[in-house]
Amino acid sequence: MKQLAFFVDAAACSGCKTCQMACKDKHDLPVGQLWRRVYEVAGGGWEARGAAWMSSVIAYHLSVGCNHCERPICVEVCPSGATRKREDGIVLIDGDRCLGCGYCRWACPYGAPQYDERRGVMGKCHLCYDEIDAGRPPICVSACPMRALEVGELADLRSLHGAVADTYPLPEQGHTSPALVIKPHPGATMTDQAALSIINREEVGREGR
Amino acid sequence: MKRGCPIDPGDLPNAVSRRTFVKWGAALGGSAAFAATSLAELEALAALLAHEASAGHTLKIRVGCPAHNCGGRCLLIAHIKDGVLTRLETDDRQPDRVADPQLRACVRGRAYRHRQDHPDRLRYPMRRTGKRGEGRFERISWDQALDQLAAELERVKSTYGNSALYIPYGTGSYNQLNGRQTAARLLNLFGGCLGSYNSYSWACISRATPTVYGTSVTGNQRQDWLNSKYILMWSWNPAEMRDGTNSEFFIKKARERGARVVCIDPRMSLSAVSLADEWIPIRPGTDVAMMAAMAYVMITEKLIDREFIRRCCVGFDSTQMPVGAEGEESFEDYILGSRDGVAKTPRWAEAITSVPGETIARIAREYATIKPGVLYQGYGMQRRAYGEQAVRAGCVLAAITGNVGVSGGWASGLGLQADDGGPFWNVFPAGDNPVPARIPVFLWTEAVLHGKDMGPEHGVREVERLDNDIKLLWAVASNTLVNQHANINRTTKILQDESLVETIVVQDQFLTPSGRFADLLLPVCTQFEMWGLEDGWKYGDEVIVMPQLLPPAYESKSDYQICREVARRLGLEDAYSEGRDEKGWVAWALGRYRDTRFPELPSLEQMEDENRGVFSVPVTEARVAFADFRRDPQRQPLPTPSGKIEIFSKQLFDLGNDEVPPVPKYIQEWESPFGPEARKHPLQVIGHHYMGRVHSTHANVDWLREAFPQRVFINPIDAQARGLVDGDMVRVFNDRGTVMLPCRITPRIMPGVVDIPQGAWWQPDEAGIDRGGSVNTLTSERWTPYAFGNAQHTIMADVEKA
Repeated sequence: MKQLAFFVDAAACSGCKTCQMACKDKHDLPVGQLWRRVYEVAGGGWEARGAAWMSSVIAYHLSVGCNHCERPICVEVCPSGATRKREDGIVLIDGDRCLGCGYCRWACPYGAPQYDERRGVMGKCHLCYDEIDAGRPPICVSACPMRALEVGELADLRSLHGAVADTYPLPEQGHTSPALVIKPHPGATMTDQAALSIINREEVGREGR
Repeated sequence: MKRGCPIDPGDLPNAVSRRTFVKWGAALGGSAAFAATSLAELEALAALLAHEASAGHTLKIRVGCPAHNCGGRCLLIAHIKDGVLTRLETDDRQPDRVADPQLRACVRGRAYRHRQDHPDRLRYPMRRTGKRGEGRFERISWDQALDQLAAELERVKSTYGNSALYIPYGTGSYNQLNGRQTAARLLNLFGGCLGSYNSYSWACISRATPTVYGTSVTGNQRQDWLNSKYILMWSWNPAEMRDGTNSEFFIKKARERGARVVCIDPRMSLSAVSLADEWIPIRPGTDVAMMAAMAYVMITEKLIDREFIRRCCVGFDSTQMPVGAEGEESFEDYILGSRDGVAKTPRWAEAITSVPGETIARIAREYATIKPGVLYQGYGMQRRAYGEQAVRAGCVLAAITGNVGVSGGWASGLGLQADDGGPFWNVFPAGDNPVPARIPVFLWTEAVLHGKDMGPEHGVREVERLDNDIKLLWAVASNTLVNQHANINRTTKILQDESLVETIVVQDQFLTPSGRFADLLLPVCTQFEMWGLEDGWKYGDEVIVMPQLLPPAYESKSDYQICREVARRLGLEDAYSEGRDEKGWVAWALGRYRDTRFPELPSLEQMEDENRGVFSVPVTEARVAFADFRRDPQRQPLPTPSGKIEIFSKQLFDLGNDEVPPVPKYIQEWESPFGPEARKHPLQVIGHHYMGRVHSTHANVDWLREAFPQRVFINPIDAQARGLVDGDMVRVFNDRGTVMLPCRITPRIMPGVVDIPQGAWWQPDEAGIDRGGSVNTLTSERWTPYAFGNAQHTIMADVEKA
């Protein structure tokens, strides 16, 4: 079975949020809705040694949309059948059937589904299926000034980049099998993840975790 | 949020030119653009858009991303449907390769619809009704506005003379036909105005680089970074300020080829996180101390390139002092402390910089031995008290390690692109200014207060003394009247005094803090609403056309059109316009580029028909600055007095000014954590270039404020000492003013330093406290000693919970 997936080079991501903005522009999302969000993570600290400051600070950014999980819990909990998985693995919300009940938002460990107050339904990253169908990459991928985002077959991306999909602050990938491949920032692998925290909580919206 | 341009389908002309139809048809097919400037063409455009609306088509037009003063020049694909800008995509040219990469717009460009369609766009000409700065205005007609502007120009000219007119520095628009160059052309035809030089971006680096190299053209083409083994990004943050579109991408590529990258910055910038293998936090304003200690390690451990120094430099040691300075303190003397008794050791520098001595020594060894290497100087470190010294010291490190004139190396300094300095930025001809006097741009408030007292000691050029104080300010695409100039509380007092500046005219898209002080406030269209042209800014070999996408919103006009209509009232229209509208000037400008730089550049007609957007020249073999000089310094000398790299500058020696020493030295700043001022205000404040703004442009865009809210960034140690928790509203204050804004506690700023990203709009409350978060509420108007540049990052303050 096909499964389209995002690849995120978190080592190269500058946190510039061009992906987030291209998504907002294309989907005309008001302030408060972030189908793609960029987490700013930092850890480590500072210690004075005489006049010198010894720094063990690390930081990185992680751009997250919807991970179009292989076991999408949003589909499981949807009471109206509005949320479904396409043949290519893209998880879609059918706005005509969505009740706007928000179960998917509560269930999703990634904060992907978000309530669209204007339409009274849930919305989320749909991997720009319209672009995919037209043979083009999603808008976030073609936007990235660092060329740090890709889209492709999950199996292909894993063979190229490995199978990591749960760099902090993302949850353990066993829960929903996200179709996501992350090249972790060196800071994420060098550091005790318990020492990391999200620095820009206010910028990733109420779904931030 | 979407607001279309008002097009009434019931009021359409029947005539639509065949040519426009052809273009329109091709745009629907994805390969052509339409255009409109003249009234007839505008009418045709309206007809087309109405027709297209009924057909439900979307036009996709390649257009340069509106050119403000970031370092990027990017390509957008604008979607126009029903006369509304509905989406912005970016460059999709294939292949996307290092020699000719896609010019991908950043977050600011992608958010542009919410600037274009902003509900606060200025709609009509307005005249002040209240006191200056109160922000009370009344609507007037264009005729009233333009008559008043022309009359004021005439009045001030006849009362005081042309040198009382001044166009302040401002970088809000660089598309040729919007921006202050349009007003400069008019005033030059009108008999001139007080001139200026320098910039707020890089006064020190543009003045100090030539004291070493005789030129500021010290940069290899950027693709050459892929040949580097080691890259020191010193105070350089290309990911945020976009120092040339794709600079960050090239650094990424250099790393993929094995280059080690180290970032030195008080703040762990977006560049430090994504481009560097190591981040070295350094106390602001102490870069020269670290550089000196690096030189100490290189000299004492014999890591310098003696042969290159002997052949290509002067003043390194006592054996190569210039005539007339024999026996003076050489660079080596300074570093080893043989005159002042202070060896500039890593331990010495540690106490100043807060960088561990062993780290300084290691970076010195790495840069001196992992070759070829780049020491790229950003501009933040030179917008400081002695910014000239940091510039010269960086150049000297590049020279003594022999990294000058080689592929993969970098001479440091300003780094304009070899071998001709790179693109032009503006080719729109401002003409010659009949008034010879020029002031450094940062000293305009001095010229308001006491212009007639100003001479060379204030950096005045071409005349002994100014013959006027500034009496009329005409701010075009400039928020430097208030927001971007230092010490806002001082500046606004000066502007409020109507006996000083008698007339203030501001042209902009929004009521900026500067606009609040206007007597006459004129609405300017966006760059999407007119024809324009841009090139590759500091780097890059491309020309990008900017077709008009939409009619000007409301009653707005381009800066060019406003000036043209003023010119008409002054009897200068023919001389001013030469019969061209904006599009005519774009065609003319393309010709200029073709004649002087890009012989293969197509005509405007061809670029338009092909919906091409950009013309670029692939860089297959990157040019290297100073390669000829390095090969044969005798026959290919530098344009310095000695013909060589001036580690010791006899020119500077002759000034006899301790603040401008002939060899670069660490000098304690006038506001410093080491001075008595630190007892009262212990924190250093920097104001970095924020990802969500270009200076003060975009500051009012909701999408960007959501992505990058204005905060004061403070280290957990400093926050804890003040009882702060993340998000607390705080006061940041010194003797010049108080800013109130929420804090963001982050380990990414070093202890002892807080960061208020520059460019947020000043917004005083009744008590005069700035609720908008403009760092310039805190900054000082004191200028640097040699460049007469802005030292806006050299400030101390304190923070307390509000």
